Amino acid sequence: MELSRRDALAALAATGVAVGGAAVLADDETDDRPLDADSRETMVAAAHTLYPTPVENVEPFVDAFLDGRVHDRPDHAAGIASATDYLDDYTRSWDGESFANLHRLTRSDALHAMNADTADPDPNGSDVERVRYYVVNELLFALYASPTGGTLVGIENPLGHPGGAGSYQQPP
Amino acid sequence: MNTDRTPTESTDVCIVGAGPAGALVADRLAARGHDVVVLEAGERFDDDSRRERMERHIRPGHGPLSVWEMGGERDAYTSSGDRGYPLNRARVKGVGGSTLHWQGMVMRLHERDFEQASRRGVATDWPLPYDDLRPYYAAAERALGVAGAADNPFAPPREEPYPMPAFEPSYSDSLFADACERLGIAMHSVPNARNSEAYADESPCVGYGTCKPVCPSGAKYDATRHVASAEGEGARVIDQAAVQRLEHDAAGEAVTAAVYATPDGETHRQEARQFVVACGGVETPRLLLLSASDAYPEGLANTSGAVGRYFMDHVFAGTGGVLEEETRQNHVGFLTSECHQFYDDPTRGTDQGVPSADGDASEYARLKLEFLNYAGPSPVQEALGSEEWGDALLGSLRQSYGNHIAMGGLVEQRPCAEHYVGLDDSRTDDHGNPVPDVHWGIDDVTRRTIERANEIQERVLAELGAEVTWQVGPENTGPAFHHMGTTRMGRDPAESVVTPELRTHDLDNLWIAGSSVFVTGGAMNPTLTLAALSLKAANHLHDTLT
Repeated sequence: MELSRRDALAALAATGVAVGGAAVLADDETDDRPLDADSRETMVAAAHTLYPTPVENVEPFVDAFLDGRVHDRPDHAAGIASATDYLDDYTRSWDGESFANLHRLTRSDALHAMNADTADPDPNGSDVERVRYYVVNELLFALYASPTGGTLVGIENPLGHPGGAGSYQQPP
Repeated sequence: MNTDRTPTESTDVCIVGAGPAGALVADRLAARGHDVVVLEAGERFDDDSRRERMERHIRPGHGPLSVWEMGGERDAYTSSGDRGYPLNRARVKGVGGSTLHWQGMVMRLHERDFEQASRRGVATDWPLPYDDLRPYYAAAERALGVAGAADNPFAPPREEPYPMPAFEPSYSDSLFADACERLGIAMHSVPNARNSEAYADESPCVGYGTCKPVCPSGAKYDATRHVASAEGEGARVIDQAAVQRLEHDAAGEAVTAAVYATPDGETHRQEARQFVVACGGVETPRLLLLSASDAYPEGLANTSGAVGRYFMDHVFAGTGGVLEEETRQNHVGFLTSECHQFYDDPTRGTDQGVPSADGDASEYARLKLEFLNYAGPSPVQEALGSEEWGDALLGSLRQSYGNHIAMGGLVEQRPCAEHYVGLDDSRTDDHGNPVPDVHWGIDDVTRRTIERANEIQERVLAELGAEVTWQVGPENTGPAFHHMGTTRMGRDPAESVVTPELRTHDLDNLWIAGSSVFVTGGAMNPTLTLAALSLKAANHLHDTLT
């Protein structure tokens, strides 16, 4: 199932970002964007691990989502950057590679090994708690609060998505 | 934004609290040309922050109190009764008050709710009948913007259609409908203070699904609408102005000033001709108790001793399970069908399979039944709490989502003097005032009625072919966060705090608006009734001022 720019906008609608469109989802990829290329690469790599395999078009979705997510929110950008830096440091120590350069399944092993699966998500917590919050839950929230992510599970208007007051009336 | 929090030199009315009661009174009086100042303890939240607040609700890591920034020293409290009371989950301090986080269900009380003592020999009659409140109910429905339908055969008489058409039934309602029809149970629509079409300059509901605790679209009514309207009419609303006490004249006949503290550490006195206390079923009696004086040693306007007494809530009864088919839950955060068939006489069964209950109707409290549209887990919230990801997570989500179904219900608590809101002198808030002590519990009548609600729910779910997987009964029930009864209305000054006009018996210029004046609470969500009473209070205040 393919993620779209519309999905990114929908996911942003659940996060407090004013989704006027172009102003938020910038098309340029200059280095002065609030989140640098390394962090974006790490987030995209994490999404390839965290998202189920039927999901396609992950990179543009994550990139567009992050554009909106960190727009005018330097603290949130810093949180993501710090968490992705920790992920990179961790895998360089244990696997000799940056997180993004690892195989998808090896990344999953690394996340399990650092206990990101059981850690409490906490934006102000320990390194691993911030990985859970700013990487794992950030990306799962983006997917499963979008219509495409919801539809994978069977709900086209998931919690947090303004999908109208019609779907609840519809039969399966 | 104007941050001048100094008092207004000369004003007609000072209202304490900018929740629905205070906002409605302010709006009505300002529209009639009266000078109004509203003092609100909490802050004025930015409308643009609502989606961020929604994210805090959905994502673990923030905690439920973070959505509207409750808690801390300002909101410290004690819970001393048999049952713990999670007070700060139950209220919001801020411009808009607890309507910022409410569900938005707005039913009228039934006629018999006003006459329980004379009809059944239980509780206490209200000092006014339903007919007296009926025009105010209609006005409140227009003010709040209610979407409803005249399809409820058990509802009290009404004079005009609802302002908006009801929301259509959900798909899961249609599953219940067949089972209920076979059992002789009538389902009907739910009146919602939520736009089914554009109303009051707000859009129709767009289905965020997070009505409780936050509606990002503004389609759900909250009292910021009437605050804005009141301000448009010239009222002044001062936020972060925590009223510490009310002062009165030497004779003890009239309030002279509300003394309030502001974030800069200053203390101010707002004088006015008339004062309205409208800060909810807990803070209203607390403020009166904190305002004790030589003339009123037990608390202001408390000659009766009833201030803080008779604290009531509604309690929840629910039963849920799973079906072997899809149920389409969690698309929206509100209800579309309920049942008042067992409200006036919970003992009554049906010829088609709901057994009658033992005993007389007077041995049971009121109950209403609800058909939930959000049974079972929300996939996004489950994902965020999962220890899996990737294909394994998707598999788990698919397994757990899709076939849940549930009924809820509210059960009345009768007024009981031993349930109260008092002061805990051993703890103080951020201004050094004793914190509220909520002393709450559940009596045998309530317990029996919860069991009866569960019995009917089990019968419906069995008819539906559901496997029951959970139940909320007498042992694990909790409050619905409807604070009522703590400054009750009545004609006898020895037994009650306010008159049927909502003026205190003790002080000529002190009025109370809100659910604290309820004599009984029925089993209906209280906001429509408190709104109707607030409009009534505003009328009487206007008459007094002119």
